[in-house]
Amino acid sequence: MMEMLRRPGPWIAVVLVALAVSAPGWMGAYFLGIFTTAYYFGVFAMSWDLLFGFAGEVNFGPTFMIGIGAYGAGLLNNAGFGIPLCLVGGTAAAVAAGALLALPALRLRGPYFGLITLVAVLLLLDLIVIFANITGGEIGMMVPDVLSISASVNYWYALGFLVVSALILFGLSRSSLGLILQATGQDRIEAAALGFNVTKHKLAAFCVSALFSGLAGGMLTFYEGAASVDTVVSLAITVQIVIAVVFGGRRTILGAILGSIFLILFDELLRPLGQLNTFVVSGIALAVIIFFPDGVLGWVLRPREPR
Amino acid sequence: MLALQILIDGFAVSALYGLGAIGFTLMFGVSGVLNLAHGGIMLIAALFGWYVAAEYGAGPYGGAVVGIVAGLLASYITYFVVVRPIQRSRAIPKVEEEIFILTGTLLWGIMIQVGMDYLFSNNPVSMQPLIPGVVNILGVRTPWNEVMIAAISWAAIGLLWLMVNHTRIGKQLLAASINPRGLTLLGFELSRIYLIVWTIYGLLAGLAGVLLASFFGVSSDNAGNLTASAFTIVILGGLGSVQGSLIAAYIVGYAETITAYLIAPTLRPIPALLILIVVLYIRPQGLLGRR
Repeated sequence: MMEMLRRPGPWIAVVLVALAVSAPGWMGAYFLGIFTTAYYFGVFAMSWDLLFGFAGEVNFGPTFMIGIGAYGAGLLNNAGFGIPLCLVGGTAAAVAAGALLALPALRLRGPYFGLITLVAVLLLLDLIVIFANITGGEIGMMVPDVLSISASVNYWYALGFLVVSALILFGLSRSSLGLILQATGQDRIEAAALGFNVTKHKLAAFCVSALFSGLAGGMLTFYEGAASVDTVVSLAITVQIVIAVVFGGRRTILGAILGSIFLILFDELLRPLGQLNTFVVSGIALAVIIFFPDGVLGWVLRPREPR
Repeated sequence: MLALQILIDGFAVSALYGLGAIGFTLMFGVSGVLNLAHGGIMLIAALFGWYVAAEYGAGPYGGAVVGIVAGLLASYITYFVVVRPIQRSRAIPKVEEEIFILTGTLLWGIMIQVGMDYLFSNNPVSMQPLIPGVVNILGVRTPWNEVMIAAISWAAIGLLWLMVNHTRIGKQLLAASINPRGLTLLGFELSRIYLIVWTIYGLLAGLAGVLLASFFGVSSDNAGNLTASAFTIVILGGLGSVQGSLIAAYIVGYAETITAYLIAPTLRPIPALLILIVVLYIRPQGLLGRR
């Protein structure tokens, strides 16, 4: 416990949480909305980091699970179910789809795994467009219910969800699952030789990632009152998740939150640049990859945590 | 009649796909780099070529030359600004180099796409045909341009084959793809070989981009899809196998053409994706992959 208190990580987290909790008191509704989106994004990014940072798998298909969570929840809502049931249903669909994808995909490695997850997203995009009569196609699908119409209540939902997800994912990453995943990511054969069931652990990580991605996708749908290809399935979302994780620091889980907030805030601040803001944000992330491969949080924490 | 049309169109489309994919697969085979900015580089060649051809009145051939040069420059920039710093970084562990190159080139590809969008907008543009007119092949009216594009693609592929198998430089590339350390022990500089492979890659991607602009037309929105289809073809054929990529290009090209003609043009990309999934499950290393 004393050991914990001497490390900066938990303290940074405490300060940030205090700032975040007090935000509705001093922040305008416009910025509350921006942070609400950033928090959901943070969950996307943390779930992705569990696979990328720990298991060393480049999953180009986070939006496959996010999209299924979002559209699953939306379709159920349109069928007349209440929000909690829709979220459960959407999440279950995302986990099932994630497992369906992961079971065979995890036999593949590196670029093969990346491609098959990418293909899953492309197929989902095609399916949404083909079944436009129930999904709304490229325009998007409206849902009848929303979480709340108050900016601060929506903010609380998002913050609460983010904190709970962060605690669970961070805990998992520090548990034996995280260690085994990390070992697998670094040397798959040696990890297997030590007697760990590599595939089982990766599958578990994939399902956990799918669970949080799907749930976050569903909640985002009910926050925005709509699910659309551009907000939950598009490859641009995948790129943003990648940026958030590498910027914040891979293999830190919490860095992903910082990265997401940076990303969404910058997107907002650079709005005057028009289309070029994506150019600038991607450029910054590229520079971070090349010069600080451990990301911002990784770089801050490194002197205290020699690897 | 329809069958013949599919045969001819599919042949030309597939030849172009093959040309677009072999640079990508050669790059992986020799230097182990999967360049996710591939579509972006083709886009640069296509858009600069089109711009010079249309706005400066350089004509399709002048445009093509400028486009290929632009592709080559884009390839060098990708290597020197993105890939080499990652390969040389001491902060990045060797085991993670691959995922860093994937994410680095992914971001770079996005930067190219947005940059091109800014310069040229995302309106689809088409380069004038390299050669006008229509030819009647066994009753099927085919644009000369289509014939020409298939011929150029195969000529480029043939040249590459000759170079790899029958020149000194080509043999060095081949050796680098089999055993890079052995090659350095024989006194060859790997960095020189990488530079050569990026040069060949840039020329191939540039040519493919220009032909693409002349055949289908391009828009800056296509960058992601271009990368994805090259990636699909290369994995289907087996990473690093040039022959495999060509076979895969024909499978994908014909699957798309048949779907577009017989079922519906909107379903065009789907069969190729399904074939890819099936092949990866049954034979993860691809059709001719070595692993």
